[in-house]
Amino acid sequence: MQALDDVSVTIRENEFFTLLGPSGCGKTTLLRLIAGFDQPTRGTILLQGQDISHLPPYQRSVNTVFQSYALFPHMTVAENIGFGLEMLGKPKSEVRETADRMLKLVRMEELRDRRTDQISGGQQQRVALARALAPRPKVLLLDEPLSALDYKLRKEMQIELKRLQSETGITFIFVTHDQEEALTMSDRIAVMHAGKVLQIGSPREIYDHPADRFVADFIGDTNFLMAEVLASDGRQVRLRLASGPEIAVELPENRSASGRVTVAIRPEHARLAPDGAALNGTLENIVYLGTDTHYHVRLDGGEAFVVRNQNRRDSTEALQAGAPVGIAFEPDSVQVLRD
Amino acid sequence: MLTETAGSGRVEAEERRKVRRSWLLSAPALTVLFMAASGPLLIVLVYSFLEPAEYGGVVWKFSDEAWFKVVFQRDIFDGTLSFADAHLMILWRSVRIAFLTTLTTLAFGFPTAYFIATRPASDRNIWLFLITIPFWTNLLIRTFAILEVIRNEGIINTGLKLAGIIDQPIQMLYSDFAIMVGMTYVYLPLMVLPLYASMERLDFRLVEAAYDLYASRLAVLRRIIVPLVKPGIVAGSILVFVPALGAYVTPRVLGGGKNMMLGNLIELQFGAGRNWSLGAALSITLLAIVMIVLLFYVRAVQRASEARQ
Repeated sequence: MQALDDVSVTIRENEFFTLLGPSGCGKTTLLRLIAGFDQPTRGTILLQGQDISHLPPYQRSVNTVFQSYALFPHMTVAENIGFGLEMLGKPKSEVRETADRMLKLVRMEELRDRRTDQISGGQQQRVALARALAPRPKVLLLDEPLSALDYKLRKEMQIELKRLQSETGITFIFVTHDQEEALTMSDRIAVMHAGKVLQIGSPREIYDHPADRFVADFIGDTNFLMAEVLASDGRQVRLRLASGPEIAVELPENRSASGRVTVAIRPEHARLAPDGAALNGTLENIVYLGTDTHYHVRLDGGEAFVVRNQNRRDSTEALQAGAPVGIAFEPDSVQVLRD
Repeated sequence: MLTETAGSGRVEAEERRKVRRSWLLSAPALTVLFMAASGPLLIVLVYSFLEPAEYGGVVWKFSDEAWFKVVFQRDIFDGTLSFADAHLMILWRSVRIAFLTTLTTLAFGFPTAYFIATRPASDRNIWLFLITIPFWTNLLIRTFAILEVIRNEGIINTGLKLAGIIDQPIQMLYSDFAIMVGMTYVYLPLMVLPLYASMERLDFRLVEAAYDLYASRLAVLRRIIVPLVKPGIVAGSILVFVPALGAYVTPRVLGGGKNMMLGNLIELQFGAGRNWSLGAALSITLLAIVMIVLLFYVRAVQRASEARQ
């Protein structure tokens, strides 16, 4: 069985890099290869130009924050944090000083002599972070560390992680299946699916210019439409949407398109328009979500389309389900996807 | 209001009945334990303070001679006192062999238990089953099997001779070494099972975490695995040490007449020696050693559970 297939990723120094994908996509396997718990059958892993593919975990300057935290139950908080440095053979005074500094960094000074089962989940999370950061690894791996926390704590820790990363200047490789987490924290994201890396880019690039259908679907909500390429001139192409209108769009770099393609339009990039509409259809459903409203439209061609509209204080609900509506969007909000 | 009180009173009575019933459930076990253990022990204790009768049995006359004889001996001619070398030697040998047996079973049992605990969950029961197979046959038969392996005309010596490695058989039987081999074999499952029980509960992600934090294999064993499976190590050591100290069959078969252990000495006093009082005193001595060891065990467990809370 092959868990990873032709994965090639370059992670920059001091970067907050996220591996994003559904469970079973190979992101944890990739993390375990980097940590050294598993050995690659083929390929190499380089750390600052040095081949570490077959070094045991204890010889790599890479530390991990485990999903289960994996704190040592027979040691105190401070002993847990000092363990890595102790194993590196650092003098006792340095181990203690670093542990204290780390406790301060994660704001846990008063719990230094507690046992790890006497502290809350959020606190255990901080100890796990401090323990992995204490030896100052070149790379810190985080395996879905926030998944066990409740919503509010998770939000807090997202900001906390970002702060720790910029304060320590250590490269973070973060694994998650939560697209929101990935978008808020990462410098760059690699979207993975079925053992392959589908797209690497900044959160904005990934969100605004998804490369293929999976990425567009996995991150945020998207409307998919079929289209036909009429003419192309370098990155400029003319398309005809299946539901009628012709539009001119610009392709991302190194991308060409021909024949039948799928295009994606984010719901918030489209608006309901009484006239000058690119698409026409019937309003099927109106979903009020507080901050915004979703209009579910059945296009005349039979496809479903969602328009998201931010609610204003003075907006009044004039439309009724069943009414004919037009949908308008800017040509640059149309993303041509890879087949 | 009234019905409620009556109701809760009924519930209480029911609870009390339940408690009484559960006590009753343990009554047969308690009866057997008292009749088979506490009662006879009391008798043995009393006998150790009586005078031995000439042809076995005791005379109902108080005497501390038996206790005296456990440690000292009186010269037959001039009555001078000296330590009872034979008894002390046997006592010392028993403790030493029991202790060494505990160490060897731990040395063999630890990797075995680790191996089983790290197999896929579905395979573990098969391995455990294999470990318990020796229990299917009688202890005596197992001991004679060992004898067959290590005696001068046994499998090992014959094999070595056929291979041309030795001319004369290596004398292994009737030595402390033979007793150790036999006891290690017999008591190994008693070490493996509690060790496995501890290791099965061990969270192996902690082992990974330690590797990740630069701990070498040895450091992981010393700092993570051993402290976490300590309850299993202690329980296994007790389970091996206690019966090993009082072992009777194995030293009798493999040690021959010369290499006696406490169990054999006691048997001798009740049998050919015809000194029931001394036998009783020796039995209580054995019990006292076991009690002291158990005291350490209880302490260790208490410390472990305190550390856990």
